Amino acid sequence: MENKTVNIKINGNDYSIDSCATILEACRQAGISIPTLCYMENICDEGSCGICVVEVAKSHTLQRACITQVYDGMEIQTNTSRVRQARKTILELILANHPQDCLNCAASEICELRKISYDLGIDETPFEPTKELDLPLDTSSPSIVRDLNKCILCRRCVKECELVQSVNVIEIAGRGINSKVSCFMDKGLGETYCTNCGQCIKVCPVGALTEKNDVDRVWDYLSDPKKHVVIQTAPAVRVALGEEFGMPIGSLVTGKMAAGIRRLGFDGVFDTNFAADLTILEEGTEFIGRLTKVLSGEHAHLPLITSCSPGWIKFIEHFFPKCLPNVSSCKSPQQMFGTVTKTYYAKQKNLDPRDVICVSVMPCTAKKYECLRPEMDDAFDHWKDQLMLKDEDHFQDVDVAITTRELGRMMKEVGIDFEHLPEESFDSPLGESTGAAVIFGATGGVMEAALRTVYEVVTGKPLPKVELEVVRGMKGIRTADIPMVSVDGKEITAKVAIASGLGNARVLLEEVSNGNSPYHFIEIMACPGGCLNGGGQPINNDPSVCEKRAAAIYSQDEALTIRKSHENPEIKKIYEDYFEKPNSHLAHELLHTSYVERDLYELEKEEN
Amino acid sequence: MKFYRMHVLVAEDTRSIMAGAKRVEEALKEEIRIAGLEDEIRVVPTGSLGFSDKDQVAIAIYPDNIIYCPVLVSTVPEIVKEHFLKGRIVKALAHPMEQKEVTMEERTSENQMNLDIQKRILLQNVGKIDPENIQEYIAADGYVALEKALFDMSPEKVIEEVKTSELRGRGGAGFPTGLKWQFTRPNPGPVKYVICNADEGEPGTFKDREIMEGDPHKMIEGMILATYAVGGTHGYIYIRGEYALSIQRLQKAIDDCYEYGLLGKNILGTEFCFELCIHSGAGAYICGEETALINSIEGKRGEPRKKPPYPPSQGLWQKPTLVNNVETFANIPAIISNGGEWYQSIGVEGSRGTKLFSLMGDINWKGTIEIPFGTPVGDIIDNVGHGVRYDRQLKGVILGGSSGSLLVPEELTTPVDFHALAHIEAGPGSGSIVVMDETRCIVDICLNIAEFFRHESCGKCTPCREGTAQICHLLEMIASGNGLPEDIDHLEKISQTMMDASFCPLGQTAPSVLRQALKKYRQEFLDHVHGNNCPAEVCNMNFTEED
Repeated sequence: MENKTVNIKINGNDYSIDSCATILEACRQAGISIPTLCYMENICDEGSCGICVVEVAKSHTLQRACITQVYDGMEIQTNTSRVRQARKTILELILANHPQDCLNCAASEICELRKISYDLGIDETPFEPTKELDLPLDTSSPSIVRDLNKCILCRRCVKECELVQSVNVIEIAGRGINSKVSCFMDKGLGETYCTNCGQCIKVCPVGALTEKNDVDRVWDYLSDPKKHVVIQTAPAVRVALGEEFGMPIGSLVTGKMAAGIRRLGFDGVFDTNFAADLTILEEGTEFIGRLTKVLSGEHAHLPLITSCSPGWIKFIEHFFPKCLPNVSSCKSPQQMFGTVTKTYYAKQKNLDPRDVICVSVMPCTAKKYECLRPEMDDAFDHWKDQLMLKDEDHFQDVDVAITTRELGRMMKEVGIDFEHLPEESFDSPLGESTGAAVIFGATGGVMEAALRTVYEVVTGKPLPKVELEVVRGMKGIRTADIPMVSVDGKEITAKVAIASGLGNARVLLEEVSNGNSPYHFIEIMACPGGCLNGGGQPINNDPSVCEKRAAAIYSQDEALTIRKSHENPEIKKIYEDYFEKPNSHLAHELLHTSYVERDLYELEKEEN
Repeated sequence: MKFYRMHVLVAEDTRSIMAGAKRVEEALKEEIRIAGLEDEIRVVPTGSLGFSDKDQVAIAIYPDNIIYCPVLVSTVPEIVKEHFLKGRIVKALAHPMEQKEVTMEERTSENQMNLDIQKRILLQNVGKIDPENIQEYIAADGYVALEKALFDMSPEKVIEEVKTSELRGRGGAGFPTGLKWQFTRPNPGPVKYVICNADEGEPGTFKDREIMEGDPHKMIEGMILATYAVGGTHGYIYIRGEYALSIQRLQKAIDDCYEYGLLGKNILGTEFCFELCIHSGAGAYICGEETALINSIEGKRGEPRKKPPYPPSQGLWQKPTLVNNVETFANIPAIISNGGEWYQSIGVEGSRGTKLFSLMGDINWKGTIEIPFGTPVGDIIDNVGHGVRYDRQLKGVILGGSSGSLLVPEELTTPVDFHALAHIEAGPGSGSIVVMDETRCIVDICLNIAEFFRHESCGKCTPCREGTAQICHLLEMIASGNGLPEDIDHLEKISQTMMDASFCPLGQTAPSVLRQALKKYRQEFLDHVHGNNCPAEVCNMNFTEED
């Protein structure tokens, strides 16, 4: 396709622009910015808000810059009084039906409506509300809270859920002034096949979508003298937490993060990465087991698919339940960590597990759902007989999961000057981890970490290069062939695939479901780019966010001396002292889980 | 073949049926049978005879050229005995055929105008044939145009003829029809759609209903001709769900066409194939907008799409699609039969042919009329509508429906045509003339229109979704006596923004009447706001001792 250019005029000046460009893109190329609100590149071009209108000669109405293509000879005016008046009036109309709640609103710092109103010089709206603004909050989901009164109907969330995640659980219902974002049968989000990935929160320009706020629960635990409160931090948190304090995107703040958390009053400042290494040992062993079976002609479910992303797990439970046997039985690092805390760690420290509280900080909103899953109480089951526990003693392995954003708020609440904290380290015994663990935060990281161990176990030799670049990158679906020669001389080529974003996961699962998936091992992350772009991360729609945070993660990996999970001394110790070996009976009891086949439209909810 | 000495045509359009037309039909048949005349006199249902505004049943007698209205079941025996049997016209109930638009009261009036400025081409069969009988349509020269096109003309020649006619779309936008067909033809198949927009949602407009109930084959023949011309393969008639009788008659017509080889495979034995079916709307004005209509057929929310791409290149299911209004299609058979130049000779420059108008409001005669372009608005009101009723003063005229324009009496000398009306910021629109007398309150009328648009806005874009609700709210305040001076400024500001920045013509034209009202009838608004007074005494804010 030839790259034609056209000659246009913008505000009286001549420009030569690519003929496929929209007015918005043309103005960007010309260094002229046009305010937008609902528009989001590659996600939402509904043309709903009308803020980006410009005057085009020979068109008697104003034209939306975001969706109008340029043509040769087009004459554009971006700042006439007619244009400015239209933008202002549109904002005044939106503000008339928007709760004046900025002081209390969790989104006030990132709110695009507040920012654009300020930039356009709007003091207050002259219009009265035409809606009641009394829709009840949707708090049915443990991960996501919806306040439809704040919704400006920009449709970004609908488009993200439809086009990027292919979940399609939200849509506009109703007409005109009564239209609203809704789920099937107007159910609450928690009663649907929503996967809790939280990507909708990331694209919402206002506070209509936020994460469930569990900060107060953490404060309550911290101020309870009877409780021994430990915290685990996911790998992706340490490359994003700084952004909540104004630091550049992708600042690596591991040491400050540990220091800040310690100052919040936790009894144990630990690292989820420890459990990530544990996951690699368990999952790598599981993979080698299935691969060996298949290579020797027996049946096993391949491809093996990773299981650390709870948004992905709920997705496959709803949409491809028949493929569940392909999913690794390993719990996620968060959950393994919780179980280990209340068994191995509690034993070591001579603590009653009922008094041990495990808090996790995650880049993820789905982790709030994951820690509540009924089957995630293996520690309780483990102790039940020995301690003669009753039902009212019941506890989950992980008590509460908070997001990176919530952790940032907690630190701000107590006045922690994050940027100037000293570098501190995690506590022992659950704080030691490897480069393999930290790369879990990026798409491809779990695969690379697993292969660093699997390769060595199968071939008896380490990878030629510890950085397995072939599985890295931000492309939504990536594949690779990993040639290996086993210790007994067999040539095996492991075919692997990596997908991030549920729309891409769906593509790979269609193949698995149809029985023609060519892969042995698949890594899936629900969020595009991996956990570093999770639903709980600082909200920043700068297009370089994923690359910068990934760069920080890989640089942390490089800086660590131990880069393979099986070389982590604390991991060696936990197997020696406790689990004996990967996939042992005790490991299966505490570190592995099962899944649930779910309908898409469960009209009668059963309590299990 | 049976010959009857007399035909009794019973008007059976929607309103006449509601007034009891079918019972009258049954009564006529029964009385005729009792009188032993069933082999001499035939009773036939037909379209509207032009009396339905009175909610009365009308029947037309041929060859006597008499219309009886009102006809009650109880007056049928007298008509049958006196007229059919004895040949004596029942004067008290009769109207001469040529003056059928005249009411009972006007019939003997001295001031009765005889000038019939209508030119009934589109409506030529309405009230004359049985709309459910394809043979009657064929006997009235139906499908002759199709035959001519399929056997004597190439598709390109058909398009040329329509271009020569200078026919413009009759749905409201007025886009040159031949040009639209020309854009659609080259886009390749194998599937190409032709859609008839029969949503007729514009308040005050019921002219498409007249055709669909009274002469459905004319519209279908036009569609088949269009499909032949653009290379279409499949068609839909998207019809508003509320038009039950039209749907029924169209379906009968389609079924008959399939039986007669006029639809389906190998039409009239040629290579040309066209599958046509009806798709019912579900109560949304926005689905009269062609891309929202297309989305509706696809099962999506009825919301407009961005244009370009335009339907001729990417429409239904992203295939090339032609969308035209009912009336536009109904014009085609005559254009093909008589030639584009013939059509061009009717009307004025830039506005050729005739236009259907729904005439209603505070007027003596209401109904659907067909006038050549170039007729002044005032002439239509006086000659066909017989003036403002009850001898009241004319206050204003809304032309083109709720999204049209508001004309003051001084502007009524303007001829109805695209150019002339554009000079006064108006247009024929879909074809609706609503006459308002001095007892109407402009504020109340604007509020009524605003409530309509608030209800019908699809909600996709902010200016329209929020703007229609705000306009409604502000007019409610003004009408209730609680209006503030700034409300009028706000109405103007919001109207301007909606016109400038709405995504589709619904939002762009919703404030049109209001904006003109604020200009041309500003004092009335000011009276409401400053004086807390409704001069027409419509809005409930004037309390007197007696209330």
